[in-house]
Amino acid sequence: MPRSTVTPSRRLGIKELRTIVQTLSGKASTDQAETGRTFTGVGVSPGRIVGSILLMPQPVREPGAGERLAEGTTPEEASAALRVAAKAAQTNLTARSVGASGAGREVLEATALMANDPMLVKAAVKLITNGSSAERAIWDAAASVAEMLHNLGGYMAERATDVLDVRGRIVAELRGVPAPGIPYSDTPFILVGEDLAPADTATLDPSRVLALVTSSGGPQSHTAIIARALGLPAVVAALGVDGLTDGTIVFVDGAAGTILVDPGADEVDLAKEWETTTAALAVFDGTGRLKDGHLVPLLSNVGGATDAVKAAAAGAQGVGLLRTEFCFLERDIEPSIAEQVEAYRGVFDAFPGKKVVVRTLDAGADKPLPFLTDASEPNPALGVRGYRTDFTSPGVLERQLQAIAQAADGTKAQVWVMAPMIATAEEAEHFAGLCAAAGLKTSGVMVEVPSAALTAASILEHVDFVSLGTNDLTQYAMAADRQLGPLAALNTPWQPAVLQLIRLTVAGSRDEGNDKPVGVCGEAAADPALAVVLVGLGVSTLSMTARALSAVAAVLASVTLPEAQQLATLALKSHSATDARRIVREKLPILNTLGL
Amino acid sequence: MSERTAVIASRVGLHARPAGIFVAAVGELPLEVTIAMAGEPAEDALDASSILSIMSLGASNGDTVVLRADGDGADEALDSLVRILETDLDAE
Repeated sequence: MPRSTVTPSRRLGIKELRTIVQTLSGKASTDQAETGRTFTGVGVSPGRIVGSILLMPQPVREPGAGERLAEGTTPEEASAALRVAAKAAQTNLTARSVGASGAGREVLEATALMANDPMLVKAAVKLITNGSSAERAIWDAAASVAEMLHNLGGYMAERATDVLDVRGRIVAELRGVPAPGIPYSDTPFILVGEDLAPADTATLDPSRVLALVTSSGGPQSHTAIIARALGLPAVVAALGVDGLTDGTIVFVDGAAGTILVDPGADEVDLAKEWETTTAALAVFDGTGRLKDGHLVPLLSNVGGATDAVKAAAAGAQGVGLLRTEFCFLERDIEPSIAEQVEAYRGVFDAFPGKKVVVRTLDAGADKPLPFLTDASEPNPALGVRGYRTDFTSPGVLERQLQAIAQAADGTKAQVWVMAPMIATAEEAEHFAGLCAAAGLKTSGVMVEVPSAALTAASILEHVDFVSLGTNDLTQYAMAADRQLGPLAALNTPWQPAVLQLIRLTVAGSRDEGNDKPVGVCGEAAADPALAVVLVGLGVSTLSMTARALSAVAAVLASVTLPEAQQLATLALKSHSATDARRIVREKLPILNTLGL
Repeated sequence: MSERTAVIASRVGLHARPAGIFVAAVGELPLEVTIAMAGEPAEDALDASSILSIMSLGASNGDTVVLRADGDGADEALDSLVRILETDLDAE
C-alpha cells in the first residue's frame, strides 16, 4: 500500500470524516495500534467502500440458574425495572419496523407486541415476587412461553424463536448492553460480525448498511448470498476483524477480500472510482455475448413477481431460476393451487416471449417447512430435501406442477420446469413423467449432487435440459458444509474438482447427442471471472442475481470463445482453487479496470 | 359484563398479522377485554391484549370465540372488535 505518498492535506479529509462519524456515534477513537492494519479474508461481493463500522453485538449470555434478587433490591424495584426494559425493547422494535417494509415489517411489528406482552411480563413479575432476579425471571418466563408455542407445532412453533429473540432484547436492556441482532443506526455503516444468521439477513436494511464483513462464514454462506443479492461489497472469513471497535473507519475491498483500518486518500479515491464504475456498469443491453459474437444468454434468479419485474428492468433475458419457496415459506399449510397459480403468473407476465425456468419446491436443510420436512434429521443436507420430499409427502409436487401448468396456460412466457436435488437418471425419468402428466412440455433437472454430474448423459435421455446449482454441487463435491467458516477455502466453485464436474456435465450432454442445454444458476455465474470459465467449459446460459448482470456482461464481452476455453483449461489444470482464481483473473485485465 | 361472539374470518386463523391487528386494537381501548373459545368457562378466558395469549388460544378460520368486557362503552368496543375478527385480515 503506497501510504507514504499521501499528502498531509489529503489525510485531513479522512480525519475530519472520522471526527464527524465519532461525534455522531459517540464512540471512542480508533486504537492507534490498529492504524494501517490489514485483514485478509475471502472477497464474495465486489465493491470498494470507506466507512465506519458497527459490530454485531455478542449473543446475550444466560443469567445464572436460580439467580436471586441482588442484596438491597426489592421485588417492586426489580419488577419496575423489568417493565421499563420490556417497554424499551418494544419501542426499539417498533422504531425499526417503521423503517422496514413488507414481510420484514410485519415480523418486527408482531415481535414488538411480544416484547411488552402482558402475559409474559405478568409471568416474570410473579417469579420476581418469589425472589428471582429480573433477568432470570424474564429468561424463565419466556422459556415457558416458547415451549408452549413449540408444543403447539407448525406456525406457532416457528414463533417460539421470536419469543426467545425478545427475551434476549429485554435482558440486554436490563444489563444496559446493546440489543442482539443487527445494530441500528441512522448513519449508514459497515456491518462487522462473526457471521450472519438467516434471521439477521432478513432484517438487514440495505439503505443503512454499506458493506458486510465477517470473521467466519464461507463464500456460499448466507452473508455472501445476501450481499450479492443486495449488491453490497462483502468480505467473509477475515480472521480477527470482529476484534475492531465500533466507529473504526475502514476501507473494504469486496473483490480483493481485504479490509484496511484507518485508510488514506488513495483508498478514498478508489472508493469514489467504484461509485463511478457501478453507475457505468448499471447498464446491460439485454444480449449476453462474447467479443466474437458467441451468444451467452444471461438470465436472472428470482424469488417472486417483484424480483422478476426488477430483473426484467435490468435487462435479464429470462429467468434461469424461479425459486418457488416464496409461495411456501412461513406457511403452516400447503398453499392452494389457485394461490400458487396467481403467484407464478406474476413472474411469467414479467417475461413475455422469454424463458422462465421454474424450480419445484426446494424445502429441507436450511429451508425447513413444517408440513414437509423433518427438523429432527441428524444430517439435513444429506436428508429428505428438494425433489426427495416427494418420497415422504407425495402429492405436493404433483399439485405444484398442476399449478405451474395452469399459470403457464395463457401467458406468453416459455415455461420450463426443473426439479432440485436429483441424484439418478431414474429420478429424472420419474420427474419428466410427472411434468408430462401435468401438461408441461419442457422438463429438466438440477445438477447439484455429484452423481448427477457423473451420469448427465443418462439423465439427459429423459429430460430436455440440466441446470447446475453450483452452491450445493460445491458443498457435496468437497464434503464441506457451506455455512462453516473454517471450510471457506474448500467451499468455492473455483475448486478444480467442481470445475471437472461441470465439464463432465457438459460432456454428458454432448454424449447424449441432442445438444441439450446445460445452464448454471448458482452463485458461480455471478462471479464475472468464473462466468468466463463456465462459458469456456461449454455452459450455454448463465443465471444470476439481477445486480450481477451488467458486470458479467461487461467481462464476457472482453473475451472470445477460444480465449474463454483456454482460461477454462488453465483453471481445470490448477492445483488449487486459489491458483485457478488467480491465474484466470491475471488474464482478465478488465477486472482490475472495473474494480471487480 | 358485556359479551359478544365472533367467527374468525382470516384464512390463517387468529395469528400472524390478523392477531397483531386485533391485539393493537384491544390495546387502544381503556378496558380490559378477555377472549375465550366458545363453550369454555369464562374464568379460563385469556387477556385479549396479549399477543402470546391470543396465539396460544389457537383459534382457526371458522372457529367461534367469545369476547367479554366490563365498564363504560364496553358494548361499542366489543362490537368494533367483532368487526375486526369477522374480516379476512390476511387477504388485505
